[in-house]
Amino acid sequence: MNQGLQFDDTGRLRHLLTTEGLSRQTIVEILDTAESFISMGEREIKKIPLLRGKTVVNLFFESSTRTRTTFEIAAKRLSADVINLNVSASSTSKGETLLDTIRNLEAMHTDLFVVRHAESGAAHMIARHVPAHVRIINAGDGRHAHPTQGLLDMFTIRRHKGAFEKLKVAIVGDILHSRVARSQIHALKALGVAELRVVAPKTLMPTAVEKLGVRPYTRMEEGLEGVDVVMMLRLQRERMQGAYIPSEHEYFNLYGLTPAKLSLAAKDAIVMHPGPMNRGLEIDSAVADGPQSVILPQVTYGIAVRMAVMALIMGGASTSRESGMRDSASKARAPTERKKRK
Amino acid sequence: MTAAIDVEAALTRMVEQLRPALKSKPLMIGIHTGGAWVAEQLHQQLDLQEPLGTLDISFYRDDFTRVGMNPQVRTSHLPVNVEDRHLILVDDVLHTGRTIRAALNEIFDYGRPASVMLACLIERGGRELPIEPQVVGERVKLGKNQHVKLLGPEKLELRIQEANG
Repeated sequence: MNQGLQFDDTGRLRHLLTTEGLSRQTIVEILDTAESFISMGEREIKKIPLLRGKTVVNLFFESSTRTRTTFEIAAKRLSADVINLNVSASSTSKGETLLDTIRNLEAMHTDLFVVRHAESGAAHMIARHVPAHVRIINAGDGRHAHPTQGLLDMFTIRRHKGAFEKLKVAIVGDILHSRVARSQIHALKALGVAELRVVAPKTLMPTAVEKLGVRPYTRMEEGLEGVDVVMMLRLQRERMQGAYIPSEHEYFNLYGLTPAKLSLAAKDAIVMHPGPMNRGLEIDSAVADGPQSVILPQVTYGIAVRMAVMALIMGGASTSRESGMRDSASKARAPTERKKRK
Repeated sequence: MTAAIDVEAALTRMVEQLRPALKSKPLMIGIHTGGAWVAEQLHQQLDLQEPLGTLDISFYRDDFTRVGMNPQVRTSHLPVNVEDRHLILVDDVLHTGRTIRAALNEIFDYGRPASVMLACLIERGGRELPIEPQVVGERVKLGKNQHVKLLGPEKLELRIQEANG
């Protein structure tokens, strides 16, 4: 994938397509901005005018009620106009190509597309073809990336555990097919986590996964030993038909997170899950609803993180359209130029 | 070229101008960063009993689509309900008026105050919006190539500098 595509000439984030290649500084900036959005929940009017007059299209070629809803809430809290399009049920079934769909939506003066697609690289492809003033956020593409999920996970860890440099983290489940795991791994490595483990059966472990800077474990008990953060992955039930795992029962016995297995982690370890959970398959209800679970806070934080990403990539987005030049606004803008007006 | 302004004297003048307004039991709100520093001083000298509120207007800037997000947003914090309250909004330097406009927009997203009084340590020319302060520490006339900056927070110090200085 072309990682440079998501930055402009000044190194500023223009699209969010993947966490791969994001610097620690960029991730921290996103998390800090998200932190300032969290307090909005305390206000009478949970809305700020940053994206007033902007049009955000949630373009979902693959259904996902929760992710789409959190993007929708995030955009609406920023005062954007939001349109939800479930494309699999409309345009593509009429034979329209992906780019035809995008061009039609551009003609409606869309400013930001939030894209989910079953094909890896779909968001990158769209980002390469939209005009300079249009922004793209990848809301999950195939097995490749789900960057806002990865970033909200980082936000959750920072809120509950503090500095990354001291943490041992285990990602458990279907590492092979998981775009969430990839996004988590890139972000955790950028943030300098002390130790990063991946735990999966051999059939769900990518070959040469060590090249990503992680330690693979095929026995969950070993993988969880002393970790501070347990990040569970959702197991797609359709994998069951692919002979990746012998049975749901056996998978749960070996890789399901139970209180007994969790007791091997640090006493104050937190448990995370991107949802929706398969209770009794990858996680026991006693853990999912237990005191170490931060699964529901993850959902709340997801809105603030998505607001932060939208605000950061949309800042400066309109001038380039007005000037008709490819991202001329961002060339003229540097962080040092941002100062308070009087 | 730099020149200094006597901050202590300016604050004293503001305190005297604000005293009559205390009858309405106002809530004081400072705008980050300099305005919050000034507000802390006034809050202390006026012996206000309710906690000081602070505003970061970054999310309300009218030039967001041109300059982007402020990388160092501080969280706004209004400790009590502003609904039907008399407010004293404090900033360090009043120049174009756009910061005050953003602050007013933000305040009204918290509630509808009974009134808002604007208090500024320095009032300079160059207004781009019809916004004027009721309380002023010092009025200065500056050229377009000059700006005034408040240094702090331990010791507040005002400097007038040439834009390229």
